[in-house]
Amino acid sequence: MTRGVSMKEEVIVNLVPKRLIAGAAVLALVASACSSAAATPTAAPSVAAPSVAPVVTVAPTAAPVTIEWWHISTGEPGKSIWQSAADAYTAAHPNVKINITILENEAFKSKLQTSMQAGTPPDLFQSWGGGTMASQADAGMLKDITAAVAPWASTIDPGSLGIYSYKSKQYGIPWDMGMIGFWYNKALFTKAGITATPKTWDELLTDVDKLKAAGITPYAIAGKDEWPGMHLWTYLVLRNGGGDALTQMVQTGNWNTDACIAGGTAVKALVDKKPFQTGFLSAVYDKGEAAAMGNGQAAMELMGQWAPGVEQSNSTSGKGIGANLGYFAFPSVTGGKGGATDAVGGGNGIAVGKNAPAEAIDFLHYLNSPAVANQINLANMGLSTTVGTAGTVTDPNLQMVLAGRAQAKFVQLYLDQATSPAMGASINDATAGLFAGTSTPTQVCQAITTAAAKK
Amino acid sequence: MSIKAVAVPKPRRHTWSGRATILLFLAPALLLYLVLVLLPIVQAVYYSLFNWNGLQPLTNFIGLQNYVDAFNSTLFTGALSHNLMVVGLSLAIQIPMALGLAMFLSQRFPGRTLFRVVFFLPYVISEVVTGILFYLLLQPDGAVNNILWSVGLDGLTRDWWGDLSVVMITMFFVISWKYFGFHMILLLAGLQNIPKEVMEAALIDGCGKWQAFRHITVPLLGPTLRVSIFLSVIGALQLFDIVYATTRGGPVHQSDTLAYYMYDFGLKRQEMGFGSAIAVLMFLICFGFALIYQRFVLSRDVDGATTSYVG
Repeated sequence: MTRGVSMKEEVIVNLVPKRLIAGAAVLALVASACSSAAATPTAAPSVAAPSVAPVVTVAPTAAPVTIEWWHISTGEPGKSIWQSAADAYTAAHPNVKINITILENEAFKSKLQTSMQAGTPPDLFQSWGGGTMASQADAGMLKDITAAVAPWASTIDPGSLGIYSYKSKQYGIPWDMGMIGFWYNKALFTKAGITATPKTWDELLTDVDKLKAAGITPYAIAGKDEWPGMHLWTYLVLRNGGGDALTQMVQTGNWNTDACIAGGTAVKALVDKKPFQTGFLSAVYDKGEAAAMGNGQAAMELMGQWAPGVEQSNSTSGKGIGANLGYFAFPSVTGGKGGATDAVGGGNGIAVGKNAPAEAIDFLHYLNSPAVANQINLANMGLSTTVGTAGTVTDPNLQMVLAGRAQAKFVQLYLDQATSPAMGASINDATAGLFAGTSTPTQVCQAITTAAAKK
Repeated sequence: MSIKAVAVPKPRRHTWSGRATILLFLAPALLLYLVLVLLPIVQAVYYSLFNWNGLQPLTNFIGLQNYVDAFNSTLFTGALSHNLMVVGLSLAIQIPMALGLAMFLSQRFPGRTLFRVVFFLPYVISEVVTGILFYLLLQPDGAVNNILWSVGLDGLTRDWWGDLSVVMITMFFVISWKYFGFHMILLLAGLQNIPKEVMEAALIDGCGKWQAFRHITVPLLGPTLRVSIFLSVIGALQLFDIVYATTRGGPVHQSDTLAYYMYDFGLKRQEMGFGSAIAVLMFLICFGFALIYQRFVLSRDVDGATTSYVG
């Protein structure tokens, strides 16, 4: 008996309080950014990076300089392309040393948040622009590079450059920008008797019926990750209300609008047809949605420019559906105020930390040069934002994405990136209710408005 | 009870050097405890009074608004109810099952040790591994559903992680699988401490098996059972790892627990002030339960513990 009692005392005294406190201490000790998982930029495997001659734009200063650069291209070809770009630059500028830290997406966000709380952000780091970047700028953690970039700003696609600007100040530059659109399986469309890709939302709904009638899962979606559904909802709100109305909703936080409700109602019309793969509510993006597309088990998905690569790498064969993969822009909505070319998009960029030396911005200039930009395109690492590099995009589907980017008169950055992390997650949450059947379109708009009012 | 009188030490006069020695030996532990345990709690309480994203200076003081928001949020109360559901199911199913197995494995039969090891094995596997394992097994086209199909039990197949009404039951099943072995071992140890003479005497007096279990085993197992229940409740209140590795609280927050809710809102959404408030509430719930349980339930087992009256 004594043994039992002493063991128990030990358990209570030693074990329990520590674990209790752990819960409280987590927040106080660990600081992690972890903004909503929106863009999953993954590049398709392709050619290795050839070495390039760097562009010398400033006379190198004598004093030795170190640039800290954190990026998240953990896989090939991105990893090699960034490394060779850094090597080429430092070879031409012997006084500059570039320390590259490669981090996994979530780990990067945690580490960045911690470094910012300590007041020592890296000189250059991965950014998606928008709301997260704005909160970093508000905290005084970013460097205003407006003047430094001005001489060569015209070599960057203006719409993409704008994503890294906040309150008329430039805090970073893009290196990749794309559009979200429908990726579809041509063979499955043909099997269901669909001869042309849908031009309107009603046509798409009819096609869903045809696919279902042919025993094909029409639409793959990742319910657990929430953001793929949120993009569909954003598109339908945009098509119904137009760019100005959507911008106003984002800025004022009043989402109780006709356009918002109409968009949600259009989503519900699709959800009611039960077009999604079995178990879609617990499906993740890569192993669920992309795998269903890559294995030819679903006819379409709404996704960004990285879709082909992710489909390939998550397919059983490792090859995806190859030439059967097609792309069409988001259909228009009859009677909607939004233009047919208005788009939801986003991409990758590099933000500049508050302590960055002038050489860091010069290095960004080099990364933006056609020499590096063409490599990004050729390796399918992304769609470069450097003007005049469209020629190196060779994949016909990606050419369509690029054409969409060029034609778009209005581009809404992914809503969960454009807004603050809290707001973005609230929008994802609210729209997920539509797909789970737990919220009405009106309730979704109300929930987002309520979340916005808290800020 | 004479032992008790001896156990209480008489106050002794300390010399200065004696006190210095005590302080010297106590200081490292005390310092660590202050810096790593008490200070973070105080910090969390302080942060919880602000609307703070973790980056900017603490300027937006909002009093108790974060706590008001928490209790007004159906997601928070939902997460709390999921924790309470796991507590209830653990006490109703997991502990009785562990007790039954412990009774079974305390008997002598060939292969007894093997069974003990097999049942204890899940506890040794990490939470995350367990979570991923069952996340894959319980996919719509996963092994579990395939087995059900192959034996003709099509009606029992479910979208285990995606069905709003099933997901918490699935979660509880995984938690039970993970932890029943731990409680079984605790209870097994307790059973071995029951003197054989008592049982022999009862059997000689013509006591039935159920009577022996009800009136001898359970009361003498009391101290161990109470600890087992205590650990089970605290564990259920702090549930995080398995939720993170499986559903991440989804679909639509139907499998949120308090700890995951805290992580989701505090860290992922960068609402550090609100997250701190949730952490403080969690701490109060667990601490309150621990105090009450120790005072009223465990006090009979641990005489002289801090929670009993002194003097």
